[in-house]
Amino acid sequence: MNIDSIQNGVVLDHIQAGRCMDIYKYLHLDQLDCSVAIIKNVKSGKMGKKDIIKIDSPVEVDLDVLGFIDPNITVNIIRDGVRVEKKHLALPERLVNVIHCRNPRCITEAEPQLDAIFLLTDPVKRTYRCAYCDTERQR
Amino acid sequence: MSHRNLIDITDLSIDEIDGLIATAEDILARPERYARVCAGKQLATLFFEPSTRTRLSFESAMLSLGGQTLGFSEAASSSTAKGETVVDTVHTVSCYADIIAMRHPREGAPFAAAQRSEVPIINAGDGGHNHPTQTLTDLLTIHREKGRLNDFTIGFCGDLKFGRTVHSLVNALSRQTGIRFVFISPEELKLPDYLKENVLEKNGLPWEETASLEMAMPGLDVLYMTRVQKERFFNEADYVRLKDTYVLTPEKLAPAKADLTILHPLPRVNEISVAVDDDPRAAYFRQVRNGKFIRMALIMKLLDLTV
Repeated sequence: MNIDSIQNGVVLDHIQAGRCMDIYKYLHLDQLDCSVAIIKNVKSGKMGKKDIIKIDSPVEVDLDVLGFIDPNITVNIIRDGVRVEKKHLALPERLVNVIHCRNPRCITEAEPQLDAIFLLTDPVKRTYRCAYCDTERQR
Repeated sequence: MSHRNLIDITDLSIDEIDGLIATAEDILARPERYARVCAGKQLATLFFEPSTRTRLSFESAMLSLGGQTLGFSEAASSSTAKGETVVDTVHTVSCYADIIAMRHPREGAPFAAAQRSEVPIINAGDGGHNHPTQTLTDLLTIHREKGRLNDFTIGFCGDLKFGRTVHSLVNALSRQTGIRFVFISPEELKLPDYLKENVLEKNGLPWEETASLEMAMPGLDVLYMTRVQKERFFNEADYVRLKDTYVLTPEKLAPAKADLTILHPLPRVNEISVAVDDDPRAAYFRQVRNGKFIRMALIMKLLDLTV
C-alpha cells in the first residue's frame, strides 16, 4: 500500500497498533482541513505491528495529550520533505482538559466550565489524580 | 497571588502545624493578648452546606481576635441559587473580605475557588473529601491530651469511606513518627484504597483493618469515632442498613486503656452513648473548644499577623 510522503507536516510514529483512532479523537484531527492519513497495522521490527498518522500540515501537536496516551510514540516534524526534528515523549506531570473526572461528587461534574486538571501521582503505575477531588485515573 | 490557602492539610508543613499548635496553646493561656490582633479585618464564612459547629467556630475565632464576620449559611441564600458558579461567588466575596472560610458539598470546590480568589481560602469541608481545620483541631486535642503527636496507636471507627475528617487526619499523622493505625469499619465503609496505597503503604506505616471495635479496643491509645453521614449516601436503604453498626457504650470501654483519648468530630447521632460523656477519657467536647483556638491561630497565620 502506498501513502504519499508529506512535504510539510507531522508524522506520528510507533503508535501502539489499534490506538490510532484514540489519538485522532484526543488531538481533534477531525477538525483539520488538510490531508490526514491513518495507517493501521504497519509491520514493525521493534513492535511487530504499529499504527502511523501523517498530517499534511505544519500543525502544533499537543505533546501532553500524546504523552498521556502513549509516551512511546515519536513525533517527526517534516519540512520540505525532510525530517527536521524527532521528538520523544514523556508522561506529562499535568493534564489540562484532556481527561475528565468520573467522580459524581467532584465540583467539575457540577461546573463543567472549570478546567479538568489531573496531576501525575505515580509514574510507575501511570496514575493521575484529579487536582480537585483526588479521584484516580489510570492509563 | 502571594497569599496562602489551606485546602488540604498537607498544604502545611509539620513545622507550620507545630507552630499553629504552639500559638493555639498560647491563646488558650493568654487570650487577652490576642483580643485585637484582627481589628479592622473581615472573615467571610461561605457555607454552601449547613453546619453549626464549624461556621460558629470560625466566627467565634474571628470575633475573639477583634475582627468581624460576614457570610451565608446555606446555598439557598447565596447567588448559587441564581445559577452563579462557586468560583464567581468566591471571587466576588474576595473583593469584600480579607479571608474566606468556605464549606461546599462538592469535592474540590475550595480548590476551584482558590484559583480566582484574591484573599486566602480556608477549606471548611468539601463533601467527603477534606476538612483540614478539623484535622488541626484533632491534632491540637491529641497534643493537649497526650502531650505529644507521635508514638501511639489510633483507631478510626465508623464511616472511613466518606469521613473526610478521617482522611485528613490519616494524612497528617502519616508525617509523624511511631503512629500505628487501626481502621474499624463495615466492609462498605472501608478507608479508600488511595489512602492505603499513597499514604500508608508508600510511607511504610503499620496499619490494620478490622470490623470489630471490641477486638481493637484494648490496644488503642486514641479512639476516633465517626458518624455515618446520611448526606453522603445516594441510597437511603444503604444508610439505614449501616448507620447503627458501631455504638460506643461504657460496657465496650471496659477493656480500654485507662488513658485512652476518645475523639469525635461531632455532631454525633447515636454512635457514642451519652453515658460515655462523663467518662474522663471522653475528649470530644474539649475537642470542640480546641477548634476555636486552632482556627484563631490559623486565621492569624494566613493573614500574616502576629502579636
